[in-house]
Amino acid sequence: MKKRKKRLFGKRFKITVGGTLLAVAVLCAIFAPLIAPWDPDQQDLMARLKPGFWSDKAVPGHFLGTDNYGRDLLSRLIYGSRLSILVGVSSMLLSALIGSTAGVIAGLKGGKTEQAIMRFADAQMAFPDILLAILMVAALGGNALNLILVLGISRWMVYARVVFGLTRSLKQRPFVEAATLYGGGDFYVMYRHIVPQVAPVLIVVATLQVAQMILQETALSFLGLGLPPPAATWGNILAEGNTRLFIAPWIANFAGLSIIALVWGVNMLGNGLREHYDPKMIGR
Amino acid sequence: MILPYILRRLAFLPLTLLLVALATFVVLRLTGNPVDIFLDINRTPEQVEALTKRLHLDLPIPAQFLLFLGELLHGDFGESLQFNGPAADVVWQRAGATLQLAGTALGLAVVLGVAGGIACAVWRDRAADAVISSIAVAGQSMPSFWLGMLLIEFFALQMRWLPTSGYGEPRHLVLPAITLATILLPNFVLITRTSIIELMGEQFVVTGRSKGMSRARVLLTHILPNAVNPVLSFLGIQIGTLMAGSIVTETIYAWPGVGRLLINSIFHRDVPVVEAAVFFIATIIALSNLAVDVLQMLIDPRIRRA
Repeated sequence: MKKRKKRLFGKRFKITVGGTLLAVAVLCAIFAPLIAPWDPDQQDLMARLKPGFWSDKAVPGHFLGTDNYGRDLLSRLIYGSRLSILVGVSSMLLSALIGSTAGVIAGLKGGKTEQAIMRFADAQMAFPDILLAILMVAALGGNALNLILVLGISRWMVYARVVFGLTRSLKQRPFVEAATLYGGGDFYVMYRHIVPQVAPVLIVVATLQVAQMILQETALSFLGLGLPPPAATWGNILAEGNTRLFIAPWIANFAGLSIIALVWGVNMLGNGLREHYDPKMIGR
Repeated sequence: MILPYILRRLAFLPLTLLLVALATFVVLRLTGNPVDIFLDINRTPEQVEALTKRLHLDLPIPAQFLLFLGELLHGDFGESLQFNGPAADVVWQRAGATLQLAGTALGLAVVLGVAGGIACAVWRDRAADAVISSIAVAGQSMPSFWLGMLLIEFFALQMRWLPTSGYGEPRHLVLPAITLATILLPNFVLITRTSIIELMGEQFVVTGRSKGMSRARVLLTHILPNAVNPVLSFLGIQIGTLMAGSIVTETIYAWPGVGRLLINSIFHRDVPVVEAAVFFIATIIALSNLAVDVLQMLIDPRIRRA
């Protein structure tokens, strides 16, 4: 057999690049008030829809130009990273918590509990998550908390399935059986023996899910079902840009670039971590 | 042998649809009173009463659900509040446009995705693989509606080759179909690549090679037939993504399909139409999954025996 060539993009490359992009976005979000040159909601109706540094019609001080109300696009994008990351990460945490708890319980208990949990997960899998999210946001109204709740509930099955499979195989391993025989209760076994084993896989799945959540949030905002308009989220900025595509294409373009940079970074990080934790996956 | 299986799967279909109906009903009754939202401030008490009666809002919730189910069995979702006419008809008129868009996009995604995946697996870890896989991962990170906007910006506004929106002629279908296909395409590339690479390590493939079969022959006769099923089952899962993507794509291009109708009806609190649209989408997904299951059984004798 021919000796395999070295992979062009190794896991170290993926983790470094992905991690860096994510870190930059998180730093922007945390230090938004320090970095952003303007107040993201400050309107300047004399400087509406002005292009940025690339044009000679640019207004000084607005590096990436302004939107329809004369608000500074760069500042809005920097502040927008706050809500996008907050919603993405919180809804990931919520769905990971619901999903992995359900998965561990189904795996440990088996029988009817397992049937009930996993069949419900299957049923929800068959229903498009964004459709569920659309209906729930329409029903509950769009604010950050609702968005996190809705996205969290719409994706828990992903974790439940992965964790369930792992738990079921772990349950038969000697160290888990021993712990149970020594009188360890369900919670003890779960917390001390199952969760540490499942954690690496969970981290990988969770990372990739953050990317999905951020995309879902922007899609909901685009459909007009995200956070209500004055709020600066990337999805909102993109949706506003869409209505002015012809006269001010830069609004949509920079919002889109921000989203793809962050989501791609998170995806790279997740893929890199997957290769790191699971040697079987290398080469896929 | 296959018929009983199909019948058994068909028997589960009503159960799935019942769950969908229940979910739709519960969620939409949380939205608040459609009467408040639909009628304007100058409404008369008679109008309120008439609308309440028409939507059965004066009955207790369980009774409303039973009535809803009963009407559902007759394919009756009630009258649309925005359009004059039965909600089912309103949805049905737009079904063709959605199926046309989703079908074209799915075809594009499967053909290009499988071809790309095969190329990646065959030239694994070489430049072609690195390029295609990287584009695929980037594609997974791309918000589909932004891609739609870029396509409109370039092909419709700058080059003026294609219309920004519209419906009817083939040229109207090009941009929406590409946009929707791009949502699925990267997934098909990556799943095909993984399945084939996995199969390349199987004993029957190694044996074939060691007997002196050429790489191309092993690929055609041993690997590809076995890769059909994993890709098919993945296709089944992706139908949900396809329908969800269709909602967004139809909104970008003002495509007169069920997805745009759904979003529009949500904003108008046109409950009967929303119910009918959600039900239509869920039915499409359930039927496609059934079709995929049956296809897999026809293709793979191992599933038939199990």
